[in-house]
Amino acid sequence: MTVNLEALASKARWVWAETLRMHRLAPETRVASSLSAVEIFTTLYYGDLLAHNGGDPRWEGRDRLIVSKGHGSISLFPILADRGFFDKAELDRVCQEGSFLGGIPDTIIPGYETINGSLGHGIGVACGMALGLKRKRSSNHIFVVAGDGEFCEGSMWEGVMFAAHHRLDNLTVIIDNNKLCMLDRCENIMTVEPFDRRFEAFGWEARRVDGHDVPALHQALTALKQRGATGRPAVLIADTVKGKGVPELEQDTLCHISTLTAAEIDRATGGER
Amino acid sequence: MSRPTTMTMRDSFIGTLCDRMATDEAIFFLVADLGAPALDRIRNEYPQRFINVGIAEQNLINVATGLALEGFSVYTYAIAPFITMRAYEQARVNLAVSSQIRPVNVTMLGLGGGVSYVVSGPTHHCLEDLAIMRLLPNMSVYCPSDWVVAAQLVDYTRTTRGPKYIRFDGKALPALYADPAAVDLQKGFARLAPGSDICLVSTGFMSHRAFKVAQERPGVGVIDIFSLKPCDESALAAALASYSHVITMEEGFINNGGLDSLVTKVVREHELRCRQHPVGFNDRYVFELGSRDHLHAINDMDEAAVIALTDRLRAA
Repeated sequence: MTVNLEALASKARWVWAETLRMHRLAPETRVASSLSAVEIFTTLYYGDLLAHNGGDPRWEGRDRLIVSKGHGSISLFPILADRGFFDKAELDRVCQEGSFLGGIPDTIIPGYETINGSLGHGIGVACGMALGLKRKRSSNHIFVVAGDGEFCEGSMWEGVMFAAHHRLDNLTVIIDNNKLCMLDRCENIMTVEPFDRRFEAFGWEARRVDGHDVPALHQALTALKQRGATGRPAVLIADTVKGKGVPELEQDTLCHISTLTAAEIDRATGGER
Repeated sequence: MSRPTTMTMRDSFIGTLCDRMATDEAIFFLVADLGAPALDRIRNEYPQRFINVGIAEQNLINVATGLALEGFSVYTYAIAPFITMRAYEQARVNLAVSSQIRPVNVTMLGLGGGVSYVVSGPTHHCLEDLAIMRLLPNMSVYCPSDWVVAAQLVDYTRTTRGPKYIRFDGKALPALYADPAAVDLQKGFARLAPGSDICLVSTGFMSHRAFKVAQERPGVGVIDIFSLKPCDESALAAALASYSHVITMEEGFINNGGLDSLVTKVVREHELRCRQHPVGFNDRYVFELGSRDHLHAINDMDEAAVIALTDRLRAA
């Protein structure tokens, strides 16, 4: 299947605008870390990379996506709705009474595999799923979207070691490398880079890409997913910008918990829907 | 099949589980670098379904969760304080929280409950596990008193979906149950001795103590609770209704959410007339060295202390 990269980029723009629209409806949502992952999620779901079935979220033939940085995945809501996991009208009810779309997504949302919100769990759980798929002789793939700051959690590295030791080449971790934790730049808090050399030292295959460049992301992820039986898990370090596309966020190292005003959202989106 | 009367719970459980692995291909056994004689069989016979994750209890629970989400029945095995407390947040999020939406069949096996690792000190003593695991919604908590109960837990945990914690004593103990049919896991407890005025409600190793006290003091009843959660509380209330005094006995901190809290809840909610007397460890860690009997003696948990307590209650 040929993927129309222009259409993919324009879909990413729609997801970006929808993420901001939901943030206007629910200011509690973590908008900055959701915006850095827009192109990653869009490429996975629309780039013929993540086998899925919106009508049957637990379809056995699906590829698995674990959103380890759960709170930074509000941008996945419009994608799941658009792909038929739930009604698009739900997007308008985000964080409202009776809605299942909360500020931090969980498995009550069709399309989410695991409980999120507590950091550091994604890779270890993905290791178990990857191992389980291999034992079931499934050819499906596991993707994990993790945050760079999340690698301060030691349990992440326990999973990294396990995946290499058990040769889980059906596992690809994508690091949304937006360089920011809650209080400062990661490099000022705890050095997590260089991710590539660290993962390679642990026995992983590592690549780095501009995480907002849709064609580059698509090419890298396609190559990693199709790498075959290399015996090595893979990591894609997606260099991103926290709060991408919104100057007030991009320029603020404390943007993780920032809330945008309606005027700021209008200015960023140019009023687009 | 002839079996020795004394056996460790873990060897009984793991041996039976290994038998089941021959026909139930969904079973995985994961360990955090902890062995057992019975485990060597699984390692040899089912190497594809045995994984040692290394000294990494957090990853033990995480990997087990992933396998369980793919439909496998996963058993995780590590030293009791480490599997419960080092990996508590993993158990909370990935097992307890997750299972409210999508149940995962993971059974956590903690070896060395209470002070069964006698001289290893406070890091290896496990006096908190029953309380903190009982606290988690959706988590079942079992504390078998002998290898007969432990073996009965195998098929029950295989076929009852959801996360579970089982505390195994570290030492080989004689059987308290002659007949496995007496172990009703739905009910959660069994009467080991009938009584008239005082009832000892005990769990795990302490049920052996309670049984001996009852032999010394006729009329003192014994109820062994092997499932702290779920437990048929109405049936327990009925079993306790005729007693004037209930002495709870556990190798754990008292007044903090363990066995005594379960009994308190039953007494309160069913408006029983009995008075409660908790026996167990007080609010401090145990650095003292010596035998298990010695550690119990200095904490008023040995047979002599419990007998003295029953005598005081009867004299009052």
